[in-house]
Amino acid sequence: MNTENHSGLAGNEAIYAAAKQAGLTSTLRKWFQKDGAWALLLLLPNILGFLAFTLIPVLGSFMLSFTSWDMLSPVKWVGVDNYANLVKDETFIKVFWNTIYFAGVSVPLGMVISLLLAVALDRDIRFKKFYRAAYFLPVVSSMVAVAVVWQFIYNPEYGLLNYFLGMLGIAGPNWLTSTSWAMPAVILTSIWKNVGFNMLIFLAGLQGISESYYEAAELDGARWHHKFWYVTVPLLSPTTFFVTVMSFIGSFQVFDTVFLMTQGGPARSTSVIVHYLYENAFKYFNMGYASAMAYVLFFMMFIVTVIQFWYQKKRSAY
Amino acid sequence: MKKQTVLNITAHLVLLAGAVTMILPFLWTVSTSLKQLSEVFVFPPKLFGQEIRWVNYLHISDRFPFSIYFLNSLKITIIIVIAQLITSSLAGFVFSRLRFRGRDPLFGLYLATMMVPAQVMMIPNFIVMRHYNLVDTHWSLILPALVSAFGTFLLRQFFLTVPSALEDAAKMDGCTPFGMYWRIFVPLSKPAMATLGVFVFMGSWNDFLAPLVYINTQNKMTLPLGLASMQGMYSTDWPVLMAGTVITIIPLIIIFLLAQDFFIKGVTLSGLKGE
Repeated sequence: MNTENHSGLAGNEAIYAAAKQAGLTSTLRKWFQKDGAWALLLLLPNILGFLAFTLIPVLGSFMLSFTSWDMLSPVKWVGVDNYANLVKDETFIKVFWNTIYFAGVSVPLGMVISLLLAVALDRDIRFKKFYRAAYFLPVVSSMVAVAVVWQFIYNPEYGLLNYFLGMLGIAGPNWLTSTSWAMPAVILTSIWKNVGFNMLIFLAGLQGISESYYEAAELDGARWHHKFWYVTVPLLSPTTFFVTVMSFIGSFQVFDTVFLMTQGGPARSTSVIVHYLYENAFKYFNMGYASAMAYVLFFMMFIVTVIQFWYQKKRSAY
Repeated sequence: MKKQTVLNITAHLVLLAGAVTMILPFLWTVSTSLKQLSEVFVFPPKLFGQEIRWVNYLHISDRFPFSIYFLNSLKITIIIVIAQLITSSLAGFVFSRLRFRGRDPLFGLYLATMMVPAQVMMIPNFIVMRHYNLVDTHWSLILPALVSAFGTFLLRQFFLTVPSALEDAAKMDGCTPFGMYWRIFVPLSKPAMATLGVFVFMGSWNDFLAPLVYINTQNKMTLPLGLASMQGMYSTDWPVLMAGTVITIIPLIIIFLLAQDFFIKGVTLSGLKGE
């Protein structure tokens, strides 16, 4: 088909002969005569990068999770010991529940707020562009910058939050150094940062709902909250499904927020799986143990995705 | 009609309250960055200090190589954006337009890795980087980011919408697949490329975990890591810290305002894959 393929084959006569002997020739030739050679050539950078930095690491990490290795002494095969130890490790149990706490509060709360905002923004109102930009400001900002600002806001003596609470007659706590308030504070910041992202996805979903459904509902005498519950919510469910899965996956992996605002403290009350994983891997060089944690995380994400898909299938009437 | 007005006012009230909550912290950051240290602790808080101290911005560079952080971030981000645009568009083209054995399983494998958390890859990648003495170099940040499954997916989706009549015409004129990619698909996909570019820029500019893991030397740090290291050392000097925060955020805000539509498109496109 094109000269390049043929010269490529001619240059490798030994391989070609070997392939012929193995009965592979026709397959090989067919493959090359189609777009195969071009595909291989154009995909080369991707395949190399993908192999080196994704596929091999994924497998490597899995192998590592069955070993004990500090990067100095030889690798020691320990079987499922790492996983067995995780279940017994009190710190891991704590950070596991902290992760669930973080996700369990921030995902539903963030979804409700972003849906509410998207519904408001979907109306035919003025200043749409301004609102959209305002909500997107935290999304584009780096988490480090956001963490600096919010640490200042949470400061018990001169922070803005306690100042506003004071105006309402509430004595605010010492947010980031209280074992009971640090996590809610971290969650609040995280919702604040991400709400604009989810709002935009909901907005795109809302714009995909045909006006005729609302008109039909109106003819049936539906009030606005009927329209919301019986038209918007069901028809938006594919979007809601997507946002839920993505939010859970994102919040299981939370790290920057916690690391920058509280360093996991006080008393590990805000430490999450990735934070503990980071400490184990890059502070103590427990590479095997940390890899096992990475796979627990992977497994959690997998479960959420499977549950969501199953749920989606069950009510796929829409 | 009247009911509509009431609902619109309610919508405005909700949106305005939210918008204030979003903007106020930024406003506060800028105002604090221009204050004197003593004024930070004034109660009740004031939006402006007695004088506007631009000099806080100069103080950052006295104590930290902030311009170096900035240039490092810029260099790394630009390399990654260009590389991902090239590799993702090539792969997107191959997966959407070329026919060869094993294409769909290979693409499926790509998609599947999008579900694997970055933390899984992080540990072996660190070990490899250390083995090749690449820790504490910018290579450790650039190499793993040259290729992206997400970018491949995004551009493939776009390329699928290009009418095949164009492809047939090009084939008839004796165009090679690369010629087709270069002369037809790349020029046609400028908006999609811009969307991906803006998205990758944001991700790379804000990346914190990778620099935290790999970079130790001050002069090699990127802006987020530099700002974080500054926070550790000067946590009490709020005005200077806030000035650093402003410098870290401003380039992204400028890009966002210039390319708002591409940002929005990036979000919605990344949202559409769920449907």
